[in-house]
Amino acid sequence: MIKKRYILNFPPESGDKAFSYHLVKDYDIRINILKAEVYPGKRGSLLLELQGKKDNIENGVEYLQKKHIKCEPLDKRIHLNEEKCIDCGNCTAVCFAGSLTMNKETWKLEFDKDKCVVCELCIPACPLNLFEIDFR
Amino acid sequence: MSKIKTYEEINQKLKSGKAVILTAEEVSKMALTATPEEIVEKVDVVTTATFGAMCSSGAIINFGHANPPIRMEKIRLNGVPCYEGLAAVDSYIGATACDPDNPTYGGAHVIQDLLEGKDVLLEAWGKGTDCYPRKHIRTKININTINEFTLFNPRNAYQNYNVAVNTTKKMIHTYMGTLLPNLRNATYSTSGELSPLLNDPEFRTIGLGTRIFLGGTQGFVVWPGTQFHTTKPKNELGVPVTNAATIAVMGNLKEMSSDYIQAAYYDKYGVSMFVGIGIPIPILDVEMAKRVSINNSQIETSVLDYGTNGTPKLGQVTYGELQTGLIIVGGKKIRTAPVASLSKARKIANELKEWLQSCNFEISKPVQMFPKNTSLNSLKETEADND
Repeated sequence: MIKKRYILNFPPESGDKAFSYHLVKDYDIRINILKAEVYPGKRGSLLLELQGKKDNIENGVEYLQKKHIKCEPLDKRIHLNEEKCIDCGNCTAVCFAGSLTMNKETWKLEFDKDKCVVCELCIPACPLNLFEIDFR
Repeated sequence: MSKIKTYEEINQKLKSGKAVILTAEEVSKMALTATPEEIVEKVDVVTTATFGAMCSSGAIINFGHANPPIRMEKIRLNGVPCYEGLAAVDSYIGATACDPDNPTYGGAHVIQDLLEGKDVLLEAWGKGTDCYPRKHIRTKININTINEFTLFNPRNAYQNYNVAVNTTKKMIHTYMGTLLPNLRNATYSTSGELSPLLNDPEFRTIGLGTRIFLGGTQGFVVWPGTQFHTTKPKNELGVPVTNAATIAVMGNLKEMSSDYIQAAYYDKYGVSMFVGIGIPIPILDVEMAKRVSINNSQIETSVLDYGTNGTPKLGQVTYGELQTGLIIVGGKKIRTAPVASLSKARKIANELKEWLQSCNFEISKPVQMFPKNTSLNSLKETEADND
């Protein structure tokens, strides 16, 4: 079992297809929608986390591509230089994924990387410039 | 008659190791079950602290004279402009100063670089005089080569501060952080019940000459801060419900630590500097015990719309509510985030407590108290080009 993240871009004509049903049923892939932007009649994009067997994920992605859905593997992650963090909280103000939060007891910053949707808003929000994108 | 203690008595107790010192958070907790009369009996000093971005900060530097000497009439440190109107080799570098071509690196960064022992490029120009013949100098300096390196912050430690929100449809970038559109977040910047000036709202113990924790060493309150406003609206406990008084502070940067002085850059706003300040409050009498007993549910602040001209007030909330992570303003739930570090403020309050406990720090009676009933002028624009 592996976990991979993809950004899916839908052309206008593919918006209504039940692709997620096929990914689950035909390819045995577990889907977690991390971020969705849909503009009906125009285009849409999804940030998906796919969990399943490596072959199944590859086949599932191939299926999507045949349906003209652009699949871009998300190989970037947000990296925080924790050592220099002063726990001011500025980044938590913009983190809607709930990945960056203040611990209500210690008031120290907590970074749950699994919840990060790489929206990148924390990068300019940090007054100490401690976030960067890791391209892997 | 209720107990009254003098500064001398408290210092004597500190010296003999018998003084009881609590942080403002600890005493607020204690006050849930103890009366002010009991607190004044039991507690001698309460430590308060804050660690937030304080734009009105800067450093006085004396570079020393070169041979041949120069009267520095234009000065740059790592490209950042410094004040040139102070004799030949004195300067003041403001935390927010920067070269417009390099807006992310400013005076605060120069101060931090010097503090951390890094070399900084000094470039200065003069017209050349009989006594200062040199016209240009370009050399590296560091914390050991300069003479005085003094932190002098004209306005720090705001007594309370507003909550910032944004009702517009556009994201805005402010010194209160990034404010999302349509009231999607709210930011606040005070350590609440731990905040120095909220624990002595009438300045009964804080005044000119008060010895404080500043940037990791001993510093002093040297004057009322600029925009010192003591007549802002207060709640029923006499605590201002918006940004009110401030203090000017001074201390030796050569003894400070970048743990407590941190340069900052706010996207599309500019440079600022986080400053760590801790103030000991002597519990002289029942009145002071009452003051330090207040807790986050009793301290209120105003919610202002930073997206609208004039920053109209949208509501009033307590620090207790702000710290839950959610406030309700005009019926709408808004997520909150701090922009000042409470964990650092706690560290400062505890460090100051240790200094007091280990006799490394004496409390000092102000040599002069601050003025009362002050208010502010706004900048009135008059016709200036008729002459």
